[in-house]
Amino acid sequence: MKAFSFSKTALAPATYRAPLEDSAAGGYAACEGWVRNHNEGRTVKRLEYEAFEALAEKEGERIVAEAIRRFDVLRAACVHRIGSLEIGDLAVWVGVSSRHRAEAFAACRYIIDEVKHRLPIWKKEHYEDGDSGWVNCERCGQGGSG
Amino acid sequence: MSPALFGLVLAGGASTRMQRDKATLQYHGKSQLEWAFDLLSEVCAATFVSVRPEQRDEPLRARFPQIVDRQPGAGPIAGISAALQEHPRAAWLVVACDLPFLTSHVLQHLIAHRDPQRIATAYRSAHDGLPEPLCAIWEPSAREAVLAHLAAGKQCPRKLLIASEARLLDLPDPRALDNINTVEEFGAASTALGAGANDQAPSSNAGKEADESSSAAAPSRDQRPVKTVRVQYFAILREQAGCSEETLDTAAGTPAELYEELRSRHPFKLAPTQLKVALNSEFSDWRANLRHGDTIVFIPPVAGG
Repeated sequence: MKAFSFSKTALAPATYRAPLEDSAAGGYAACEGWVRNHNEGRTVKRLEYEAFEALAEKEGERIVAEAIRRFDVLRAACVHRIGSLEIGDLAVWVGVSSRHRAEAFAACRYIIDEVKHRLPIWKKEHYEDGDSGWVNCERCGQGGSG
Repeated sequence: MSPALFGLVLAGGASTRMQRDKATLQYHGKSQLEWAFDLLSEVCAATFVSVRPEQRDEPLRARFPQIVDRQPGAGPIAGISAALQEHPRAAWLVVACDLPFLTSHVLQHLIAHRDPQRIATAYRSAHDGLPEPLCAIWEPSAREAVLAHLAAGKQCPRKLLIASEARLLDLPDPRALDNINTVEEFGAASTALGAGANDQAPSSNAGKEADESSSAAAPSRDQRPVKTVRVQYFAILREQAGCSEETLDTAAGTPAELYEELRSRHPFKLAPTQLKVALNSEFSDWRANLRHGDTIVFIPPVAGG
């Protein structure tokens, strides 16, 4: 399993967790990002994720490698959905195993934060009123994300 | 086969003219030390920060794997020497931390033209044509020469590269190795780099200034050779361009010039300061040199997770 990958179909955390098992590990932390039904005061019906996969996969691998190095954890991985998602669907999964739990929490947090800020992934929200928009892109001067 | 390439960020200087630690300066939204470390980590099997013994526990430097000077006081060559002794089988891509215009592309170009038969591969200075020792690959075979140079009481790594006939390359971007030593130079570099630098101009002006500085730095574009490049579009830019990619002939010399040209053909509303650039599937710089056959992606504000 690659440290970072994309999936065009529903995420399956159980299959991603198994490769992180390690007899030296005393702690495991995971983070799941879910599609919620509202954003910035608007009712969201569904959304689409699009990625520049060639670059995002390389940068995603770098983020996971950085987390392993910085927090000295044993194993880590991240999987991100692309395509069309419904409310409640799993959008992103991060898992980390480590000798002690504190590093697992910290590395998990680092990976999800960096993924949100650095990877070329875009989210288009479809709203209840039929309108739609690319998050962080539609209003000028509202750059950045997170 | 060439020896494995390790990275070394030189961050041991006294920064006397800047009056503050140059490693802590920010042009790209993170400390210059961290930025240089990340740049090297992209292309090296392992990356280290060169420090003087008394700098080992400084909070900024303590976060990174370190190589400690064995002859402190000898300047940058002490760091290079310590690295070559610590891992004698590795070649070292050595980079100073005060080069804010350095890009991944410049490092990749150096690696692509590396000559492991020489003791080093370096760029010619755009200012005086002499070798630039602080953005160079030092091969394992340099160790003896460096130690002999130091033993003879000499400390200038540039003179060593001249004397030992290092392989020399022309810079793909003449500004790439401009270094920053004074408060005034820091201010000018921050302005030229636009968004991401601290001390930056107010955001309403940042895009305009970045555009002006990049076009002012470029020669007249009528003299530029026309090249064929591929542009891929994602998300909002894909919708506004009405296609996911196009191949076009352009005289643009940099991604900054290319985006300006594309804005006259497509209804792109995002300003360059809101975008990042990728060249051939790696993050790049608005000032990178475009070449025939390059693939360029302009990256709108992201929203993963």
